[in-house]
Amino acid sequence: MNAAQSRFLLLAMSLLAIFFLYAPIVSIVIYSFNESQLVTVWSRFSTKWYAALLHDDQILRATRISLEVALLSATGATVLGTFAGYVLSRFGRFPGRTLFSGIVMAPLVMPEIIMGISMLLLFVALEAAIGWPPRDIQTIVMAHITFATAFVAVVVQSRLAEIDVSIEEAAADLGARPLQVFFLVTLPLIAPALVSGFLLAFSLSLDDLVITSFVSGPSSTTLPVVIFSKVRLGLNPEINALGTLIILFVGVIATLATFRTVFADWRGRRKVDAPA
Amino acid sequence: MSAPIFSNAQTRGFGRFLAVAVPYGWFLVFFLAPFLIVAKISLSTAATAIPPYESLVSWADDGALVLTLHFNNYKLIFSDPVYLIAYASSLRNAAVTVIFTLLLGYPLAYFIASRSAKWRAPLLMLVMMPFWTSFLIRVYAWIGILKPNGVINSALLWLGVIDKPLDILNNQFAVYLGMVYAYLPFMVLPLYAHLEKLDWSLLEAAGDLGARPARVFREVTLPLSMPGIVAGSLLVFIPAVGEYIVPTLLGGPDTLTIGAALWNEFFSNHDWPVASTVAVALVVLLVGPLMALQNYQAKEEQKP
Repeated sequence: MNAAQSRFLLLAMSLLAIFFLYAPIVSIVIYSFNESQLVTVWSRFSTKWYAALLHDDQILRATRISLEVALLSATGATVLGTFAGYVLSRFGRFPGRTLFSGIVMAPLVMPEIIMGISMLLLFVALEAAIGWPPRDIQTIVMAHITFATAFVAVVVQSRLAEIDVSIEEAAADLGARPLQVFFLVTLPLIAPALVSGFLLAFSLSLDDLVITSFVSGPSSTTLPVVIFSKVRLGLNPEINALGTLIILFVGVIATLATFRTVFADWRGRRKVDAPA
Repeated sequence: MSAPIFSNAQTRGFGRFLAVAVPYGWFLVFFLAPFLIVAKISLSTAATAIPPYESLVSWADDGALVLTLHFNNYKLIFSDPVYLIAYASSLRNAAVTVIFTLLLGYPLAYFIASRSAKWRAPLLMLVMMPFWTSFLIRVYAWIGILKPNGVINSALLWLGVIDKPLDILNNQFAVYLGMVYAYLPFMVLPLYAHLEKLDWSLLEAAGDLGARPARVFREVTLPLSMPGIVAGSLLVFIPAVGEYIVPTLLGGPDTLTIGAALWNEFFSNHDWPVASTVAVALVVLLVGPLMALQNYQAKEEQKP
């Protein structure tokens, strides 16, 4: 195999992988406009399943709860994740650092089913001991903050790694107190990462099924929980329409979160952000 | 990067304490403590009560404090073949997922890393975009593609390649496909991060010295990107062992996984102690890979 052949093979395999990633997304968008109840048998173009969504009270209610949960947990995760990312990249060694980075970062990979059952058992034990928290939006938000913080911390940490520490040191040398350095120098410099981290946490929260199923109560059903209960029974044309809307919504969020980073090199500027 | 930046007395203030204590406290309470509770409840036994398990500690008639530990749950999951099969098939699913995400993800990561700076970030975003998009919806979409009158079968029937629909949904094949699909971005990202840092002049040098592309790849590129392969494999393997959604939506009636076993014990049988025992056994299984990942990340941090 010569160089030209191997380049061609590489291109072909990459295109195959990209096609693989996008085929299901494209198929769900196309079938959401299918008039037929049979979902995969195409009859003709229709937007009736979108109209049906507007009259589905269960879905509308779940959407509202999901958005509320996502907003609260993304806010909490951004605050905690900024602290954690800052500590991990700027504090050097301190007693308990290994455990700190271990428990902050483990939720990135920990199977959701484990985090779901363990947090539920914590909430149940707390409720038995001190009468709080009730299983509703509060428990979902606390659980979502716990798994989304690590993602924010990673984004913040990689941004901090690219910022020259001497800027912060200069501020300290000029007499700024540590808190002033953080709020007046560091925070403005990492602001884009905070926005990306917030949006990432928001979309992860909006999407979570497994952890939410464990920690939510009967009155606080989120959108993925409703979707899952419907799709377990098979294909559902309404879910195709809903899925298309979610893909569109989250796609816009992801574009907003990464646009600056992704096209930094196209405006002749030095690339400063790590892609989320 | 790991050297203390502000080592002077200035930063040993209350602010520094809070910055460590707030996230530390949160994760001790919401991440670490729950594992102890899971371990405790795994030693209990189910009861018709709220919450549905017996307390480990009780008062005997004579006023003595009695601690009752049940090891039956552990005996159960180590003797009932259902659990052993579930563990074995979860490990197999995760291993197959690692192999195929690597085979599919490596060329893609290599391709992106070898583009000019201008194209790398947009291409990487193309790979990461599905990760942002609803996992549940994307897995669900495969049902429409794989079912007997779905996209693939309709196309193949129409083309006359097959004369009856292929059986590709609700079986092990569909589970593998869905898992590889779901975890591909987790493999591509760390691979890309290492390939991007690769010194391409080394590859050119090998080529100039007469090595064919395959040999350059085998003897130069592959060893240099090994840390990325290790990181990507761990990032895929660990969550894949506990995967619940993919086997449930795409698997068949005979698909047994540890995720589904835990879920069913919890939600269908309401046996919280057995569900906890399954969780403890899964965590024990993952301690090795988790430590490996932590060590690896610590080592990466120490690099200049």
